[in-house]
Amino acid sequence: MIAPVLSVRNLVTEFDTRAGTVTAVDGVSLDVGPGEVLGIVGESGSGKTITGFSILGLIDKPGRIAGGEVLLNGQDLRTLPEAAMQKLRGDRIAMIFQDPMMTLNPVLRIDTQMVETIRAHRDVSPARARDMAAEALGLVGIPSPVERLRTYPHEMSGGMRQRVVIAIALMLEPDLIIADEPTTALDVTIQSQILSEMQRLLAARKTALIWITHDLTVVAGLAHRVAVMYAGRIVETGPVDDLLDRPAHPYTQGLISSIPSSVPRGERLVPIKGMTPSLISLPRGCAFAPRCPRASETCHNARPEAEDISEARSLRCFHPLEMAQ
Amino acid sequence: MTALLSLRALSQTYVSTPDLAERMANLAGAKYRELRVRAVNEVSFDVAEGEVVGLVGESGCGKSTLGRMVVGVETPSGGTLAWRGATLEEMTPEQRRQWELEVQMIFQDPFASLNPRMRVEQIIGEAPVVHGLIKRTERRDYVAELLGKVGLGADIMSRYPHQFSGGQRQRIGIARALALRPKLIVCDEAISALDVSIQAQVLNLFEDLRAEFGFAYLFISHDLGAVEHIADRVAIMYLGRLVEIGTADEVFENPRHPYTRALLAEAPRIDRRGQDFTPIEGEIPSPLDPPPGCAFHPRCARATQACKGAMPELRAGRDGRRTACILEHGEQP
Repeated sequence: MIAPVLSVRNLVTEFDTRAGTVTAVDGVSLDVGPGEVLGIVGESGSGKTITGFSILGLIDKPGRIAGGEVLLNGQDLRTLPEAAMQKLRGDRIAMIFQDPMMTLNPVLRIDTQMVETIRAHRDVSPARARDMAAEALGLVGIPSPVERLRTYPHEMSGGMRQRVVIAIALMLEPDLIIADEPTTALDVTIQSQILSEMQRLLAARKTALIWITHDLTVVAGLAHRVAVMYAGRIVETGPVDDLLDRPAHPYTQGLISSIPSSVPRGERLVPIKGMTPSLISLPRGCAFAPRCPRASETCHNARPEAEDISEARSLRCFHPLEMAQ
Repeated sequence: MTALLSLRALSQTYVSTPDLAERMANLAGAKYRELRVRAVNEVSFDVAEGEVVGLVGESGCGKSTLGRMVVGVETPSGGTLAWRGATLEEMTPEQRRQWELEVQMIFQDPFASLNPRMRVEQIIGEAPVVHGLIKRTERRDYVAELLGKVGLGADIMSRYPHQFSGGQRQRIGIARALALRPKLIVCDEAISALDVSIQAQVLNLFEDLRAEFGFAYLFISHDLGAVEHIADRVAIMYLGRLVEIGTADEVFENPRHPYTRALLAEAPRIDRRGQDFTPIEGEIPSPLDPPPGCAFHPRCARATQACKGAMPELRAGRDGRRTACILEHGEQP
């Protein structure tokens, strides 16, 4: 087996609040190989974004990473000093956010921002850095990249801005990209353009990608493997086809049957009842038990541990759905 | 039977005239012109009683402007809007009041559409009291009944909006619309801001309410999956114009307009794995400066010289489906 680019083991991230300590990420373990796309799916408050931030070491007070390992090519990022982490971010690991304006500085031209990033990580002349920046813009499908370099972010459409952000992320050929809902705010045709560019570039470069989203349909089209998060824990993980066709966790099943296109027209959807629990008052047992149609006494009292149910799949559930075959 | 709502060549043009400073600059030789945006451009369709019409389009296509005209928040700049056969101009004050009460709207953002200083009872119960549908003394019972209809308990009546989750707030917004006993509900991206599992709950609620009260919906959304699920008929908009309209089965199974085809081909679906995304090129043109002829031609793979010439009208093609594409009208080889 090829060594994974990123290997996360039992990651725990906590936040101190007035109401007590909240465990936003609770024992998350995952691996991403070169060229692989891992989709992390969850609803709001499931901890999917904080997982991404924790991998990058971007947790500020009152939060803290309370335990676990984050291995990038075998090196534990949690033991690295902050200065070394800073060198690593943007160079070996890049992050793409939902709102491109979170990444782009509104008062600086695109070229200033891109050249600055390149020169922070590579010892090249400003002229060479400009060339690299123009080339990166061209790669993500931005027409006339040299002219575009001289514009400000507000002069671009949302789709163009997101392309610039992706260009910046890809520019230094990182080993891993973490993308947090990067196409959620975009229109269908623009989303499709960006997904197509990402597919092409990642396959060519063997870059690992973690795609964090609430949208199972995008994951179905893009990812190789899927991890489903609920209340800070990964409840089920597996290859995309296997997991979506034969979900074992009742929550995964619920998410799938909530999608309007999952049932024939005119048939009723089968939504998950209730709503996501507050992390402050999580149930004692399985966090999904109060909403779960299969929950038993055990589920309300004990937390299921992650178990491998086949070579490629793992699951946290006492009463998994029967898997066909 | 006359249609509940009937739109004929309905248009909305926004005009921005040069301000004083710009007019002075023009005297010195600057070239500030009047800017016109045709946000909605000659849209015609009907909504029958109890019918769900899905209105689909990308940002800036004018679908929300159209929805706001239908509820009467904006006055159309051209064309006619008729409610129960009476146009805006012909309406008597009584008919106008009926239209205003019978068409209600549910908004996208459940956080911005509820007054944060009002209690739930007031939010839902204010309008029916003001309009004389119920007496003030009946308000508590009336609101309690409505809350039951949308799946909330009567005990939440004295709470404020900030005490609720997004899904619960959206239910309160739905109860507020129901309170006026409407006939048509305009849902402008009403489920887009909700989590997936909550979206499904609200979609089911829409269907239950329709079965119980016989509402018609104008369901405005960019989410093709949701529209396919709920709509009887689907209208596709692009840059202010309708490009295709037909029954949901027709449009989703056999889209005709190249834009509809592209939208459907690119929409991610749960059963589409390892999708090879082959997007249409380019971005939506600015409505300030729309391309000549068919607005979609710069992005259309099938565009011919003729497409750049004349704006295609929405009319029936060879098989009776209404599209705005000359290639479908059979005028081209």
